[in-house]
Amino acid sequence: MTRNAGPGLGFEESLLFEQSRPGRRGAETPRSDVPAVDAAALLGDALRKRAPELPEVSEVEVVRHFTRLSTWNAAIDLNLYPLGSCTMKYNPKLNERVARLPGFAQAHPLSPESNTQGLLELCWRLERLLAEISGMDRVTLQPAAGAQGELAGIMMIRAYFDQRGEKRHKVLAPDSAHGTNPASAALNGYEVVTVPSGEDGILHPDALARVMDEDVAALMITNPNTLGLFEEHIVELCELVHARGGLVYGDGANLNALLGVARPGDMGIDVMHFNLHKTFSTPHGGGGPGAGPVGLTTALAPYMPRPVVEKTAEGRYAFDFDRPHSIGRLHGYHGNVGMLIRAYCYILTLGAEGLRRCAEMAVLNANYLLERLRPAYHVPIDRPVMHECVISDRALADTGVSTLDVAKRLIDHGYHPPTIYFPLIVAGAMMIEPTESESQEGLDRFADALLAIAREARDDPETVRSAPHHTRHRRLDETRAARRPILRWRPGSSSN
Amino acid sequence: MLESIGRRSLSELFAAIPAALRLERALDVPDAHSEQEALTALEALASRNENAAQCDWFLGAGCYPHFLPSAIDTLASRAEFTTAYTPYQAEISQGTLQTIFEWQTMLCALTGLEVANASLYDGASATAEAALMALRITRRSKVVLAAGLHPHYREVLATYLGGIGAEIVTLPRASDGRSQVGALPADAACLVVQQPNFFGAVETLREHAEAARAAGALLIVSTNEALSLALLNAPGEIGADIVCGEAQSFGVPMSFGGPHLGFLSASEKHLRQIPGRLVGETVDAAGKRGFVLTLATREQHIRRERATSNICTNQSLCLLMATIYLALLGRRGLRELAELNLAKAEYAKARVRETAGLTLPLAAPTFNEFVVAVPDSGAAALARARGANMVGGLDLKDFAPELGPAVLVCTTELASKGAIERLLAALAGAG
Repeated sequence: MTRNAGPGLGFEESLLFEQSRPGRRGAETPRSDVPAVDAAALLGDALRKRAPELPEVSEVEVVRHFTRLSTWNAAIDLNLYPLGSCTMKYNPKLNERVARLPGFAQAHPLSPESNTQGLLELCWRLERLLAEISGMDRVTLQPAAGAQGELAGIMMIRAYFDQRGEKRHKVLAPDSAHGTNPASAALNGYEVVTVPSGEDGILHPDALARVMDEDVAALMITNPNTLGLFEEHIVELCELVHARGGLVYGDGANLNALLGVARPGDMGIDVMHFNLHKTFSTPHGGGGPGAGPVGLTTALAPYMPRPVVEKTAEGRYAFDFDRPHSIGRLHGYHGNVGMLIRAYCYILTLGAEGLRRCAEMAVLNANYLLERLRPAYHVPIDRPVMHECVISDRALADTGVSTLDVAKRLIDHGYHPPTIYFPLIVAGAMMIEPTESESQEGLDRFADALLAIAREARDDPETVRSAPHHTRHRRLDETRAARRPILRWRPGSSSN
Repeated sequence: MLESIGRRSLSELFAAIPAALRLERALDVPDAHSEQEALTALEALASRNENAAQCDWFLGAGCYPHFLPSAIDTLASRAEFTTAYTPYQAEISQGTLQTIFEWQTMLCALTGLEVANASLYDGASATAEAALMALRITRRSKVVLAAGLHPHYREVLATYLGGIGAEIVTLPRASDGRSQVGALPADAACLVVQQPNFFGAVETLREHAEAARAAGALLIVSTNEALSLALLNAPGEIGADIVCGEAQSFGVPMSFGGPHLGFLSASEKHLRQIPGRLVGETVDAAGKRGFVLTLATREQHIRRERATSNICTNQSLCLLMATIYLALLGRRGLRELAELNLAKAEYAKARVRETAGLTLPLAAPTFNEFVVAVPDSGAAALARARGANMVGGLDLKDFAPELGPAVLVCTTELASKGAIERLLAALAGAG
């Protein structure tokens, strides 16, 4: 096989609780300069009798523990990480440095506005940059992740109809939609109606027209969609929804493909979320924190979460709480500001040309990979793609090797697998998003690995089916984990 | 590359986008900054925010200044943690997965409950998710809030519940700062109580548990100063069904309010109604212990509109910081630190009692935060503190006007005796 990852010395590491020794510690509390107090006398019955059973380990043990654990993760900084619809692009280190400046990292959300003008200005500017990039009129920065952005967007749509005295009960979403779309609609009490995509993988106006009526509050649509295809009829789709008084929600997960090329606001989208951890390079962090600002049209502005940062006539920045039609607060403070800072810095470093370059290179890379993979893998919908491509395991059907096996075998080659079995409308889907961060040589190495696996599926299917072989763990038993959940460590409870 | 895929130009790649939709101009954004220029621009913005590195800091109110041991940022900055995504592929995500499992275990130890999830956005949304969970479990429609829930948490709860038409009922505050508990409405899904509450008062919780039980409702205890869990009763041991809140105090920077670390733990019987991710132990094909995301059938990517929540990410990196923090301090260290916070507050309160012009309007026991009544106005008192290079606390004018001119003051391990004395002198306006 093409060795992209080689053998290395891997460290074993037990749980912290198993290393615990009474009296050991990794951090000392400072000496007290005030009189000692009798906690029992002060707190009475509320005093905890036993200290919580936390592990007792030294600093070097803690450092080795987490350093060792870190080596068990795949990461963008190790290799291409082609998880579709997740936009695992390179995260510039400058962004990490600026987010740690004390004026950001040690600022408090309830400090008076006069003392946090730098942060308020950053938020005000970021709102305008995101509005320009997306073609939306306003942007709320409060949602802490894309899914919370969806929730906020649907809430604003609901508030818009409430204000007009209209009761609508349905939200439409194509069958290729992310699972968060129907879940966000349901959290707002809407019934979700699925609209089938066409044979060509995109949504067609006639399919929408069949289900669109005055009871539909919104269509939720991802563009480019999860097949990596541009929804070519987007203008007509939006017009259809608008003609019946409905609104269109844009899932911005795949915005990377459109940066500087086209804008959702120009397509007729009324409200959309951004995933700053995807499009704007804030680190994914092992599953978060993300940030999910929401762009909206002027018609929806009265319903934005409060507070909103405004610039006063005197050139000061201030929170506007006086928004009587607002859906309210969505976050304890102002959202995941640490992520907003990183995204702002990213946009500054790219400029207009750099942003457009992201989209161009991301789309070029995805199309290039698709061409390289076509000889060995089934391409369910064979059209030019945007930022990601979807292939399937159909061409391997006679070998008994499935998408899951291919994914696990990719791990042996040093790659994080693509998103698999999604979108749901493609059986055995592998959704590959290389992003703009990869060079041609990097893409070739990845394609070579996938092609080698397809050959191996014919020559030695068992090796593929039993992959991964080079990881410190073999395939993990997920069924066992779900059937008999062990969700915390207990003395003597370990499977080992 | 273009040629190899049969295209002549980059713009041809975007042929699927109708011409009318293509942006034929450059985006109106600032010119590209070099790394050096961008750093200068961001430093200029950062320099215009007061921060806890510059001055003595007594402002908490749900976001607390604590000392951050050096190992946290060193370890949590490792790219293998920061540039990984959700641990869907368990064989190459064991670092993240084992960390989450360790966090779940620590959180159960702190809250006294049996299961904990892999974190939520923040304390406010975690409290809202807990209320939604109680509504699902009891199939009732009323959420009862004890007095003293952080006003922002109350707002977020109202936002979340607005979508499904649940009713919110608020109980009154007792004169000592704690919440008053009477009989709950018969159709209450839950009673939500913050510990310590927004005014710093330590609640007894036992009568809350009894009131909830009598009404067949769940008791939800929300904590936003997680350090207090080391010193106060584990809520799960005195009747809480769900313990949730904010764990920013465990090594996560204040960062202007986010990203922080929402947490949620519950009794085992409510496992299937827990929102968000869970990590469980299992074995691999060779019988070796490992960890995986589990019970995903509750989640949106499987159940779509029937999921327990729409949540998709967690706050993994903040969870990592907190797990490192708790590992460093350990069982004794965390308790000692909590006792030190208590001692600082008690010292400050003792000095308030001796200071002309200042009083303690609420008599309930406190942890590291308390209300001080000031002679003129909260704004004037805080301005005097600011003049002495101190951030003196939160003006309660907009949050609890009935208390008169008053300030919410927080004293963590960072507050020195001398700084406390200077603060009280400034708040009193002495001299």
